Amino acid sequence: MNIIVNAEPRDVAAETLEEALQELEFTSPAIATAVNGCFIPRENYPDTPLSDGDRLEVLAPMQGG
Amino acid sequence: MEVYGKKVQSRLLLGTAQYPSPAVLKDAITASRTEIITVSLRRETANGSGAGFWDLLKACNCHFLPNTAGCHSVQEAVTTAQMARELFGTDWIKLEVIGHSESLQPDVFGLVEAAKILCADGFKVFPYTTEDLVVGEKLLEAGCEVLMPWGAPIGSGQGLRNPDALRAMRAYFPNIPLIVDAGIGRPSDATRAMELGMDAVLLNTAVAKAGDPVLMAQAMAQAIEAGHNGWVADPMDPRDMAVPSTPILGMAELV
Repeated sequence: MNIIVNAEPRDVAAETLEEALQELEFTSPAIATAVNGCFIPRENYPDTPLSDGDRLEVLAPMQGG
Repeated sequence: MEVYGKKVQSRLLLGTAQYPSPAVLKDAITASRTEIITVSLRRETANGSGAGFWDLLKACNCHFLPNTAGCHSVQEAVTTAQMARELFGTDWIKLEVIGHSESLQPDVFGLVEAAKILCADGFKVFPYTTEDLVVGEKLLEAGCEVLMPWGAPIGSGQGLRNPDALRAMRAYFPNIPLIVDAGIGRPSDATRAMELGMDAVLLNTAVAKAGDPVLMAQAMAQAIEAGHNGWVADPMDPRDMAVPSTPILGMAELV
């Protein structure tokens, strides 16, 4: 399945968000995600299915003003 | 100062971006005596580029104020706020909805709309806004309990471009915490903001881009404290003509 991860096209075997994050090696606990512009709470990762063409954003703490 | 039920001693809110190194950032936070630091979210790379910064932040013992910097639409800002709430473990959000990519001027229409959505969802919203009184009223109606008018465009270091409007805001919203956010360049700018009766100042670039950020962080803290004390102390009114400060009575006749 092809999805867009942080603006990069990626081919993943994962079917859920939880599996995709593991497969893509987002191992830090300090991340938050959105799929197709909608925030996905951490507890929903295992129950969030991914579909071909989905846009996944994975964000981390960063310096800000 | 009290915002959203939290009492803080320091009236300086400090941004964490653009410092020469993480060590300088950490020392600047300490020197500023700030209790509230602004943070953001950006794309993570595999294996955790943001984790180191997160560890540094946690060690600072400050309250986090995540921002929605760079968001140009209501949906972007709302989604970013939701992600920030989970990531930083706070319902505080510095709400920026940017309307113009050159001036980084707030899109006040989008700002009010996003503030309504976020306040209804339990967020404690710190809106980055203009000095417009009607927009301020709409933000308060949306549920905001603090207003953050700009001093000048973000990162410009121009100081207060419209002090009269800030003075009017103070008079119009006497009981609402007002925090000047953006545009401060020098300690005297921060003092001036506080002398106008602002409750606090939020700044970043003025410290981060100073030749000695740690010393500038200390200078800003002192400037803000001096300006606030000056406001509370009720300054004298200016006079058109000189008035001798040394008593005339008892002067000797020496000629």
